Amino acid sequence: MADRAQPVSPRLGIGAAVLVAALIFGTLAAVALRAEAGRGLGSSDWAALRFTLIQACLSAGLSVALAIPVARALARRRFVGRRVLIALLGAPFILPVIVAILGLLQVFGRAGWFSSGLAVLGLEPVQIYGLHGVVLAHVFFNLPLATRLLLQGWQEIPAERFRLAAQLDADARAIRQLLEIPMLRRVVPGALAVVFAICLSSFAVALTLGGGPRATTIELAIYQAFRFDFDLGRAALLSGLQLVLTGAAALVAVKVAVGEGFGTGLDRPLQRWDGNTVAARILDGFWIVLAAGFLLLPLSAIVLAGLPGMASLTVSVWMAALNSVLVAALSTVLLLLLALPMASAVALGRGGMIEVAGILGLAASPLVIGTGLFIVIYPIADPFALALPVTALVNAVMALPFALRILVPRARVVVGRYGRLALSLDMRGWPFVWRVLLPRMRPQIGFAAGLAAALSMGDLGVIALFADPEFATLPLQVYRLMGAYRMEAAAGAALLLLTLSMAAFWILDRGGRWHAEA
Amino acid sequence: MKYLVIAAGILSTTAAIAEVPELTVYTYDSFVSDWGPGPAVEEAFEEICGCDLKLVGAGDGAALLARVKLEGARSDADVVLGLDTNLTAAAKATGLFAAHSVTADYALPVAWADTSFVPYDWGYFSFVHNADAAAPSNFKELAASDMKIVIQDPRSSTPGLGLLMWVKAAYGDAAPAIWADLSDNIVTVTKGWSEAYGLFLEGEADMVLSYTTSPAYHLIAEEDASKAAAVFDEGHYMQVEVAGKLAASDQPELADQFLSFMVSDAFQTIIPTTNWMYPAVTPAAGLPSGFETLVQPGKSLLLSEDEAASVRDVALDEWLTALSQ
Repeated sequence: MADRAQPVSPRLGIGAAVLVAALIFGTLAAVALRAEAGRGLGSSDWAALRFTLIQACLSAGLSVALAIPVARALARRRFVGRRVLIALLGAPFILPVIVAILGLLQVFGRAGWFSSGLAVLGLEPVQIYGLHGVVLAHVFFNLPLATRLLLQGWQEIPAERFRLAAQLDADARAIRQLLEIPMLRRVVPGALAVVFAICLSSFAVALTLGGGPRATTIELAIYQAFRFDFDLGRAALLSGLQLVLTGAAALVAVKVAVGEGFGTGLDRPLQRWDGNTVAARILDGFWIVLAAGFLLLPLSAIVLAGLPGMASLTVSVWMAALNSVLVAALSTVLLLLLALPMASAVALGRGGMIEVAGILGLAASPLVIGTGLFIVIYPIADPFALALPVTALVNAVMALPFALRILVPRARVVVGRYGRLALSLDMRGWPFVWRVLLPRMRPQIGFAAGLAAALSMGDLGVIALFADPEFATLPLQVYRLMGAYRMEAAAGAALLLLTLSMAAFWILDRGGRWHAEA
Repeated sequence: MKYLVIAAGILSTTAAIAEVPELTVYTYDSFVSDWGPGPAVEEAFEEICGCDLKLVGAGDGAALLARVKLEGARSDADVVLGLDTNLTAAAKATGLFAAHSVTADYALPVAWADTSFVPYDWGYFSFVHNADAAAPSNFKELAASDMKIVIQDPRSSTPGLGLLMWVKAAYGDAAPAIWADLSDNIVTVTKGWSEAYGLFLEGEADMVLSYTTSPAYHLIAEEDASKAAAVFDEGHYMQVEVAGKLAASDQPELADQFLSFMVSDAFQTIIPTTNWMYPAVTPAAGLPSGFETLVQPGKSLLLSEDEAASVRDVALDEWLTALSQ
């Protein structure tokens, strides 16, 4: 395999990818093998497939299309509170779905702020349910992620390029042609694939805002196969279908993403002379205000709803919070152990299959993974005793696609530019990783770790199957509180969850940028 | 050496605990929450059983059954608590449940003669609305009105399945027409009860599918009389929640003791203000004050478990077809 000298070996990365693939396909196989003959896929399953694809395409397209001007505005502007805003933009992504939906409804719902405003003007309330409601919610969830991924792309253009462009008197248009569009050609397909895959496995959003059976998704069909029919074969079949679709999207994204990086810079402070015109300022301001309003209003609604309940949080909520923090910490460590070797292996040119293995985490149904693990673990150990590590592992695999999207482009740049130099100095393996690779990837590692921690904190996937009364995570506790009519306490616990996730994200992301220009 | 002593100490304590028999009960999530019946039930039963009662939350009623099927005869569970009569036929078909010998003076509106499952509480499904709004008095009136409702998906929640059975029990072959007329009243369908009730409280709908006992929570726990349940003259479908003993239980006597305890006063007095349902056996002290304000349906509807099992798939298909138009 190793026909070309490399500063690091791709073996670890390939091993990690194999591990991930084994987890996903292994659990799927476990479910399928345990199945008795079921009724196979029916017409409603195909309708679910059609709806799933339509909404996922729309959601991905819109999220990324809107993210382009927003990310460009954020990349060009420096203002007070920019870092806070960027961190806050991550928030929708990590909330338990029902909490985020209630926040959205407070703003866009029938009795929400927006409709009340319209009523003052004598207009009809906006109708949020149906396909457009699903897409709205998905854009709310994914616009921040797409924005951060694209922003990352902008940040990977060395400051020197912009300096050179300014010296050559290039205007905004020329910069777009020379720097920004080639960068987007590289980054956009990946972002599209990630958002598409997230929306593909969407379940609670589509069900709640879709308005009814018309908006059935594959994930609901999987749920139904498990819970309603206990038809494990059908669940496995549907899950396989979902994997194939996501795998195909990922392959297309990997093939379509073209172009080289922009080379290395000296990490000078970025200055954007092209953004100095009044028109550019107004345009950027417009996009930033629009995105901030769209994303922050529902978050404010959640905060307002949660504050009264914060005072009365019980010990069990704090215990659940502690569990969530532990799971998130473990999950983040596991994620980095998987993602860093995989990202370097991709950077070494072993791309394709590793990237696809990475993205499969998004498509795999947590219900199938959880059940599969249950089937595998049950004969040999007590599943309850393994609740924490299993949840952390599955969360890490779920966060892997995001981490790879964040880490891979930077790892490519670092290996591409410093690899030969390192080899000529006979610097290989660990010293290269320690002295060259990791320091240069620090901001990306911080971002990926922050995202993984926050995602894991908000996750409600596998825990439900493995939970015992002594072990609830915070999202599970929010649902339990709601189930016991404690809506105020649930809102308080949800706010605590939001705060913890944001804090985890902020600390890790900020830690990665310590003494580095954002 | 010191570590060895400590380790020995820990080992001997665990050994001491292990001598106390452990009874594992699988139930739904809200049962084990701090405000659910779980903590009080655990305390009351451990006082009399000389055992360690372990309540394990596993999603909702349907998820419970899936979990038991998944674990099969090797399950750690001794008792499963939280199935309803729409699920008991499927549960019996697994052959995993054992017969019981519990008898009690049930306060259910229907006769109970099931030999596998013991009921512990029950309630009427009902649409809950704001007390100041006029509510329709049957499904046809609801369908003709412009009232907006939130319901739960029958494929993922027991109340959702209950509504399906309600319409089927009330209208039989005419159920698809009712659903077709109702479709423009349905704001949305949610995965479970929590989502639906949350949407209703946010003002997204005029009514939500819940129970006639839901207003009791607001009244008793929050001193808020602003919620009411609508009475429908077709009758109200009942949910009877039951528990059963697993045949493969390694604590069969304790499991029997638990089932008997479940219909005793100690357990039944906990139910009304924690699970917010009617107790299966009226406690000696009667129902808590506030329950007398609840509406009483004129007619109780309940399909037998075999009927429920046989119409389930048909009713689901009708529902899907009517609402997919």
